[in-house]
Amino acid sequence: MKDNKVKSILFAGVGGQGILRASDIMSLAMMEAGFDVKKSEVHGMAQRGGCVTSHVRYGAKVYSPLAEPGTIDILVAFEKMEALRYLKFLSRDASIILNTEEINPPAVNMGESPYPPDIIDFLKNHYAKVIALNAAEIAQQAGSIKAANVVLLGAVSNLADIDRSVWEHVIKKSFPQKLIKLNLEAFQKGIAA
Amino acid sequence: MKKVLLSGNEAIARGVYEAGVRFAAAYPGTPSTEIMEQFAKYDGVYAEWAPNEKVAVEVAIGAALGGARALAVMKHVGVNVAADPIFTVSYTGIEGALVIISADDPSMHSSQNEQDNRNYAKFAKIPMLEPADPQEAKEFVKLAFQISEQFDTPVFLRTTTRVSHSKSVVTLEEPLAPQDKTKLAHHSLKYVMVPINARMRRIEVEKREQALRHFVETFSENRMEINDPEVGIITAGMPYNYAKDVFPDYSYLKLGMVYPLPVRMIKHFAEKVKKIYVIEELDPYLEEQIRALGIKVTGKEIFPYTNEFDPGIIKNAITGSSQGAVSPYKDTLALRPPNLCPGCPHRGLFYALKKSKAYVHGDIGCYTLSYLKPLEGLHSCICMGASIGMAHGMSKALQEKGKGKVVGVIGDSTFLHSGITPLLNMAYNNSDALIIILDNSTTAMTGMQEHPGTGYTLMGKEAKKVNLPVLVSSLGIENIRVIDPNNLKETQVAIKDELASSGPSVIIAQRPCALFKRANLKPVPSLKIDPDKCEGCKVCLGLNCPPIAWKEGITREGSKRKGIAVIDETLCNGCGLCAQVCKYNAIA
Repeated sequence: MKDNKVKSILFAGVGGQGILRASDIMSLAMMEAGFDVKKSEVHGMAQRGGCVTSHVRYGAKVYSPLAEPGTIDILVAFEKMEALRYLKFLSRDASIILNTEEINPPAVNMGESPYPPDIIDFLKNHYAKVIALNAAEIAQQAGSIKAANVVLLGAVSNLADIDRSVWEHVIKKSFPQKLIKLNLEAFQKGIAA
Repeated sequence: MKKVLLSGNEAIARGVYEAGVRFAAAYPGTPSTEIMEQFAKYDGVYAEWAPNEKVAVEVAIGAALGGARALAVMKHVGVNVAADPIFTVSYTGIEGALVIISADDPSMHSSQNEQDNRNYAKFAKIPMLEPADPQEAKEFVKLAFQISEQFDTPVFLRTTTRVSHSKSVVTLEEPLAPQDKTKLAHHSLKYVMVPINARMRRIEVEKREQALRHFVETFSENRMEINDPEVGIITAGMPYNYAKDVFPDYSYLKLGMVYPLPVRMIKHFAEKVKKIYVIEELDPYLEEQIRALGIKVTGKEIFPYTNEFDPGIIKNAITGSSQGAVSPYKDTLALRPPNLCPGCPHRGLFYALKKSKAYVHGDIGCYTLSYLKPLEGLHSCICMGASIGMAHGMSKALQEKGKGKVVGVIGDSTFLHSGITPLLNMAYNNSDALIIILDNSTTAMTGMQEHPGTGYTLMGKEAKKVNLPVLVSSLGIENIRVIDPNNLKETQVAIKDELASSGPSVIIAQRPCALFKRANLKPVPSLKIDPDKCEGCKVCLGLNCPPIAWKEGITREGSKRKGIAVIDETLCNGCGLCAQVCKYNAIA
């Protein structure tokens, strides 16, 4: 890291997408790289089809596990419209990593409300750096759709200033033996995406 | 020493283990649950799920009276349930040590209220520590055991959701070897709280309070950080981190112990800084006590009473800015309210129950999620076990007007927590209400914890499994039916019959939670909707099952349909409810 400023990442998506696992891996990687790290998450009701968010903050010394609204450096949206829900947390020069996967909320499923159109264009109009990728498809190429969260971590790693070997070391520690190869490949594909 | 990333709850479990403590009892409740789950994994410990928080505290008191160092863990509202023994063990003290953890939930992420349990410390005259992050959580729980032993007192450790569920870097230490000091020692004057003895102990409590007030003045975790003398912040717990994040240069008095308060230290701090802010979530608990010392502070006139804080809330309050961060996206986004899972056994029950048009008293568990449209399955929910007493009370008050129209629903774990006595009351006072026990074989809401009805303990040992129909019968209930809530017809008939019958009735709806792996070993194939047979009537959508969605615009010649329902096969677990409600045999 170039300075002592605390960097804040917001992971957001829908329960069941592996958001908390991804924010755990990122936090571990930052700890292994020598940073102070704090992350927040909320369990409970949110797990059941609801919105899930997790803040990860790292730097020389981190106090709060929650970032001040308006200061998030990187938004990792695991679901396309979920990106829109948390824009007030972003700094003006934030980067956005966007999984283009769509998961309909109940009102959309019931035909009562439309899924918001033109999300990518909207984000590109307001933020300098928007990296859109279909993490589910890329994960499938690596061997399992379940590794979509690690694909997104690969994309995040391009923006976070630590060595790739640290990420790989932490990924190896985070999965059972039989899933390591798959996840390392998903991570690699996320870097390349 | 080794550094690891731990949540506050994991860190507490580690701290208890490092302190050499090997005895703990609890009832699960968000955000406290993981403390016990983690503690139970350490070698040589005894950890149990008690049926409720009152029992857990009494178990821990018993252990502590036998010389053990014991822990009791619960969420904030659990302390209400356990308050009776807590207020009097404050009088008796203990032989070993007793620490009670209260995990509070500002913002009610997963709770029915956001009561500030710091008030319990002052109310029950029990010292309370409040850590601000996982590292402190680990250290403070060790200190709590030391204070308990040194002052012969129970000690509270209070966390909030943000401390319990945030993760940060924690330095591990070598665990102390446990010392067995258990023995049978009779001290009846100290432990038999009949009035004559209680009056004696009451004086001892005040002596202990005096000693603690002296102790806190030099307690290592009450600390001053003098920086900019213009502004001083008095705070404790997680709000300290939020404030440091946005105002790193101000002076701080960070309190690790929130009861009793270090009066001299606070006065000393007030002399060193010009303007003082008291930053605390929920009640003006510190503020009122500090104002009572004659110190001028700014507190709840600028900081909210409700919900948890974040750095932005503190910054805006102090700088006087009413403008928070804004989103460039202005349209309304469809919400994602939490919903019953695909295959949830509660869905069929509430679908059938809605047709009865009864007033349904709910209880604490996943099934509260059925209150939302379109199921609208329950009409009240207050606290653990309340559904049964409330259904009985409403039925008695309404008499003929309520006949066949008042129902209480309660989960199996919640029933065993605090539903047995109100059901006994229904039999005793000849109620006319219908109680439905939603027996999904686990404590689902908090993440599949064992209870006396599951046949297993927290430690993974096989255990006596309560027989619900026999238990209910022995309370004096004569109308008892056991049904499968995924059989809609059977469920509807049972509800209709038991609402019509006179006297108290109990239906036990038995089907394991869809996420409960031990009970669901055989996968069931997912279902499909035949687009040729679907008439687009939307009846299946009324189940509010996550995999079922509406697809507009799929019309068919000779039919008035405007679209069809479709099932996301990756989400469907094949429970078959939708096939039972479909009038066109389109789902298989």
